[in-house]
Amino acid sequence: MSPLMELRNVDKFFGSTKALKHVSMQVHPGKILCLLGDNGAGKSTLIKVLSGYHNPTNGAVMLEGDETKFAGPRDARQRGIATVHQNVGSIPLMSVGRNFFLGAEPIKGKWPFRSIDTKKANTIAVEQMRKFGLTRVENGDQLVGTMSGGERQVLAIGRAMYFGAKMLILDEPTSALGVKEASMVLKMMRVARQNGVGIVFITHNARHAMSVGDDFCVLIQGEVAASFKRDEKTREEVLNLMAGGEDMTALEEDLEQID
Amino acid sequence: MNKYLKRPETGAFAAFLLTYIFFAMATPGTGFVSVNGTAGWLNLAAELGIVAVPVGLLMISGEFDLSIGSTVGAASMILALGTNQFGGPTWPMIAMALMAGGLIGLCNGLAVVKTKLPSFIVTLATNFIVIGATMGVSRLIANVTSSSIFASESAKMVFAFRWGQANISILWWLLVAFIGYRVLSRTAFGNWIYATGGNEDSARAAGVPVERVKVTLFVATGVAAALVGILQGIQWNSGNSTYGMGYVFQAPIVVVIGGVLLTGGYGSVAGIVFGTALFGVISSGIFYTGWNTDWIQLFLGLLLALAVLANNYVRRLALTSK
Repeated sequence: MSPLMELRNVDKFFGSTKALKHVSMQVHPGKILCLLGDNGAGKSTLIKVLSGYHNPTNGAVMLEGDETKFAGPRDARQRGIATVHQNVGSIPLMSVGRNFFLGAEPIKGKWPFRSIDTKKANTIAVEQMRKFGLTRVENGDQLVGTMSGGERQVLAIGRAMYFGAKMLILDEPTSALGVKEASMVLKMMRVARQNGVGIVFITHNARHAMSVGDDFCVLIQGEVAASFKRDEKTREEVLNLMAGGEDMTALEEDLEQID
Repeated sequence: MNKYLKRPETGAFAAFLLTYIFFAMATPGTGFVSVNGTAGWLNLAAELGIVAVPVGLLMISGEFDLSIGSTVGAASMILALGTNQFGGPTWPMIAMALMAGGLIGLCNGLAVVKTKLPSFIVTLATNFIVIGATMGVSRLIANVTSSSIFASESAKMVFAFRWGQANISILWWLLVAFIGYRVLSRTAFGNWIYATGGNEDSARAAGVPVERVKVTLFVATGVAAALVGILQGIQWNSGNSTYGMGYVFQAPIVVVIGGVLLTGGYGSVAGIVFGTALFGVISSGIFYTGWNTDWIQLFLGLLLALAVLANNYVRRLALTSK
């Protein structure tokens, strides 16, 4: 199967800072690509290239086989690339239905009596969230602020998928969550994968990555340090890679000596 | 029950009802509850209410407008100089006054959106610039800062008609409130207003044209303030640069009493209307008790303090349970 999105030898320089160097990767439909890396490894820059904020300095971005330059994030979004950020794009003091359809409100009636179809918005929003296993929210009028962090992630991901996202970029969706909440979001990612969506899962939690990932890509100082498939490496090896190639056991021994 | 407690207008409605009952009991036989008495407090509320609705929507979107006061005065002076010193026809002058209000709003909006400075300070500056300019230009043209208005009969029908004690501005208030309600609660634009004030970055990420929302609301506020200037000018047959200065703080006060959060993102037009009605009842009720009207300020201050506390509580309530 041809990749949904592919980066070929992408460089991104900011002045003399080389944020990304020769990065190549592929996002396939119906697969979860885990993007691992320590802070400052270039993950944020890579997300921005994928989601259309930045164009690469060198190299090519291929979308469904064609070389593409995004005019901006909006352009990328219209072509089916949805980004869900860590702090989640939802507004606490607005209802579930209104949040779900923000910027794309369903309208009924004729001018001057055109109005938001609140009932439709609420029904669809609740329906979509139920599809992803979120049954606690029964009322679309409920304020988003009453929902937990995980539930809000589910809302944001469900929203992106409802509006036809082919590819989801999830920026640390599980890092601020408790165990139960994180597993809710991980389950949802599996459902999205079954629906043929390509997912880029950015995380620094190797356990979360190993539990859902199909492909893995480890970034170190702007370069792809390793790229492998599920079951090709053990958790220890992945952790070592993420720590910047330093042997974790060596690090632990170091710490013990200080004690 | 809990559902109603969490609505932004509940507090204002309860406060309005209690205050009304209080004054009705405290002033037996004085006519406070009569048709004329009711017209009295509605008159007082109406003109403030016309600016309070757009100011409220603006505050829900997270911005302030303190330039409304001088815009009221400027609009009345445009009408006065136009119909008196220049002898112009009434209706085109009314259109010009409304356009001037819209222009002031546009300047406010663009300045706030482009500079990203707090609108509180930007519009405070505009307030002084506009009143200074109105006085200066009026002096230059006619050597006055207030002047008579010669309105046509048709304009007097529309802007100064009275049924007994009741002023036509009450109808204008209802119209503005109805439009405000429709826009805020029933249109996509209303959804964008909430989102802009609730979380600007998220709103922008969802494709909401945040800047356009704000500029539009500033323009609407300017036009509404100009409408009040026209209403007052034609009712009193004169324009004055200082008309409307009381609204600068009265409008945000009744908006907050009406349940709008100072931080933006939460509130309703029904709440703003009850907040304004409450203002009318207090201002007029004090008069019927025969107490010194100086007490009005004290009442308003206490209510504002209570409202801010109550709003904070309502928000927490709204965010904790289903």
